[in-house]
Amino acid sequence: MTDLRSDFVGIKSPNPFWLASAPPTDKEYNVVRAFKAGWGGVVWKTLGEDPPIVNVNGPRYGAIHGPDRRMLGFNNIELITDRPLDLNLREIKKVKREWPDRALVVSLMVPCEEGAWKRILPLVEDTGADGIELNFGCPHGMSERGMGAAVGQVPEYVGMVARWCKQNTRMPVIVKLTPNITDVRNPARAAKEAGADAVSLINTINSIAGIDLDTMAPDPATDGKGTHGGYCGPAVKPIALSMISEIARDPETQGLPISGIGGISNWRDAAEFMALGSGTVQVCTAAMAYGFRIVEDMTEGLKNWMGEKGYTRLDDFVGKAVPSVTDWQYLNLNYIVKARIDQDLCIKCGRCHIACEDTSHQAITQTKDGQRYFEVDDTECVGCNLCVSVCPVEGCMTLERLTEGADPRTGKPIDPDYANWTTHPNNPNRVAAE
Amino acid sequence: MGTSGAKRDVASGRLPARQYEENFADLHPPLGRHPAMVEADRCYFCHDAPCVEACPTDIDIPMFIRQISTGNPMGAAETILKQNIMGGMCARVCPTETLCEEVCVRETAEGKPVKIGMLQRHATDVLFADGKQIFTRAPASGKRVAVVGAGPAGLSCAHRLAVLGHSVTVFDAREKPGGLNEYGIAAYKSLEDFAQHEAAYILSLGGIEVVTGKRLGSDLSLERLRGDYDAVFLGVGLGTVRDLGLEGEDLEGVIDAVDYISDLRQAGDLSSLPVGREVVVIGGGMTAIDIAVQSKLLGAEEVTLVYRRGQEQMNASGFEQDLAQTSGVKITHFAQPARLIGEDGAVRGIEFERTRLGGHGRLEGTGETFTLAADVVFKAIGQIFVPGGMANGGDGVRLEDGRIAVDGEGRTSLGDVWAGGDCVAGGQDLTVAAVQDGKAAAISMDRALRAQSPTRSRDTGG
Repeated sequence: MTDLRSDFVGIKSPNPFWLASAPPTDKEYNVVRAFKAGWGGVVWKTLGEDPPIVNVNGPRYGAIHGPDRRMLGFNNIELITDRPLDLNLREIKKVKREWPDRALVVSLMVPCEEGAWKRILPLVEDTGADGIELNFGCPHGMSERGMGAAVGQVPEYVGMVARWCKQNTRMPVIVKLTPNITDVRNPARAAKEAGADAVSLINTINSIAGIDLDTMAPDPATDGKGTHGGYCGPAVKPIALSMISEIARDPETQGLPISGIGGISNWRDAAEFMALGSGTVQVCTAAMAYGFRIVEDMTEGLKNWMGEKGYTRLDDFVGKAVPSVTDWQYLNLNYIVKARIDQDLCIKCGRCHIACEDTSHQAITQTKDGQRYFEVDDTECVGCNLCVSVCPVEGCMTLERLTEGADPRTGKPIDPDYANWTTHPNNPNRVAAE
Repeated sequence: MGTSGAKRDVASGRLPARQYEENFADLHPPLGRHPAMVEADRCYFCHDAPCVEACPTDIDIPMFIRQISTGNPMGAAETILKQNIMGGMCARVCPTETLCEEVCVRETAEGKPVKIGMLQRHATDVLFADGKQIFTRAPASGKRVAVVGAGPAGLSCAHRLAVLGHSVTVFDAREKPGGLNEYGIAAYKSLEDFAQHEAAYILSLGGIEVVTGKRLGSDLSLERLRGDYDAVFLGVGLGTVRDLGLEGEDLEGVIDAVDYISDLRQAGDLSSLPVGREVVVIGGGMTAIDIAVQSKLLGAEEVTLVYRRGQEQMNASGFEQDLAQTSGVKITHFAQPARLIGEDGAVRGIEFERTRLGGHGRLEGTGETFTLAADVVFKAIGQIFVPGGMANGGDGVRLEDGRIAVDGEGRTSLGDVWAGGDCVAGGQDLTVAAVQDGKAAAISMDRALRAQSPTRSRDTGG
């Protein structure tokens, strides 16, 4: 039997799908709806000190659309919860009592003073919540007041606040990291060193969704002015995966539990984040775009895929892709591939040809015997994957490895042995090959 | 049999007044902005796209669809009209299912092509609503060209010549310009006087004078035109509907489909048109479908379209055949008219002989007959070219298969005479092909005219 149950730093949930701290988890009503729909857990929208912050009354969101107005990227300038602390605490307590099997983590953001943290931690602990997540990530608004990303961008502050929390609560502490930083490993190291139980990432990325060319103001704008927001949604997934991989394979943070966040929209995205070491995943934009029901396909899809692969528990595949992430210099330069076109699937749109012809290696011809016909010229193809990327028909274009003979492009015999840049003759700093 | 008994029933106003408007509403209502954007997103922006290849006028289809999708519909319209000045009408009447949309890669991929015709309509509607002139004229060449026929070929040719700086006079036998766009298109394909709006847009460029009510052969002679102008373009279309070759074709109620469609298009009040209760249409092309469907829409009870060959041989596209059938037209294949049955000088029925394809695909009668009652019989078995005043003896243009012989650029056997559209041999009898003929001929004429006097340009000064 495939088992989706998750135990993340002692926080148990029936599946690894949590809703991230965001508008969908702002109050009891939404969270109960989410649990009814099947979400394994939530990170309650960030609590702060009273009096509550205020939000703008203008628009909070902006979007980047793909074909058919599918939301590819999403931007927001909403702040932390704008409801009184006590109201949130009462609702959290009630929901946790009524939904004991679900993970309920509370996101927190108070000023960088130990007293502030000492005051709020017992209040949260009293709700029976499973853990806390330190919001060191919000890039807009709160960061101007010395909180959110303003903390997350300074590893020393990350460590300092994490330490206060570890010293003042028995609850597991998850540190949420901002991607608005040069090297995400530094705050992760600081969190680990301070004793944090886990990190979660990524928070949103500084962004302006667009410019309204009629008003010449950013989108979204309040009364003709806009400010940068936090970018999320499918567009940020590759950035999140990369940052997670950095932490997962860094010798100093290796093994630090990770809750993966960033554009996760379906079970496949989730599985990818987990393969890079995420014990749970957090979702927001997809739920905001389609509602809570998407979790049904997430759980069923993940279960079916695990069944196909013979994985019975999440731990069977969490982190399994981490060893495959390496530095460029260690990639096998003797690995030779050529693009292939499945002529039965080809619809003859010519996109591969023009992409290669105009912008790459002139390796795809467009006619054969006077007919429209696309074919790869192995003597020019460098195996770059551009054609595969632009082909509209999935599976029509693939890369095939050459294992014998010579590479028709270079004329050099295919070397079956692994060899990388570190020993390449063109590398002035090469070391002698073994 | 129905040839006896009930009285012949031809009447106008068969339908409640409101019904006419509903029946003759736009066959393909225009796409609004949202559906247009959704549809535009489906285009893959193919390289060297098959749809462009399939378009007789070479419209850069992927580019205009991309322009729609980026919110630049005026740019899209410009892309279309640069190649096809009648892109608006072609968006309405082109059999896209056998041209651009047939070869769309999404037809290959999913059996569902991008709705190119509808997108073209969307873009051109935006331009026509605005009325912006997107063409400018080259400096005057001093050359004068006569264009005979203000149909798609003639107007296309005139427009391109005017763009290139020539001065054009267009002659047409009828009252209004537009040719078949005005007089021959099914009413539900071109609403709100679009043919005239389009013609007006074309003429608004300047440099084109239209003279109506002048027919070549009676009011004009080719010889005279050649004397008065530097070059002549013939875009006269086809003259007359083929006869059935039966006795009794002069019976009342045996009607040329083309004439009736023309009357329909010019009718201010559709309820005033006489319509038979039982109608038989003979033919298998677009005109046959058009008259059959419109008869039905005008209130005919029974409309039977009879074609002597099979479904595959019909010139009407699959879409048109489906349209006829969903409109309630009965299509009978493999039967040819054998005898018209009259009564008191009017048609009452028509007898058919069943046919089959014999050796080498030759059609042969089987001897078996049947009779259809008919208050009206429409002849729609193709039109023929009437070379009035063009092909008389050695001074005229050479004909080929009964139409004007031209080369790839539209040049006739006479050095200063070009031709295009339905009147030339080897044509496709399509609006879009006629537009292309006119355009190609104009470009060819321009080259020839400039070769005559390369220094006539006003720009050269000195």
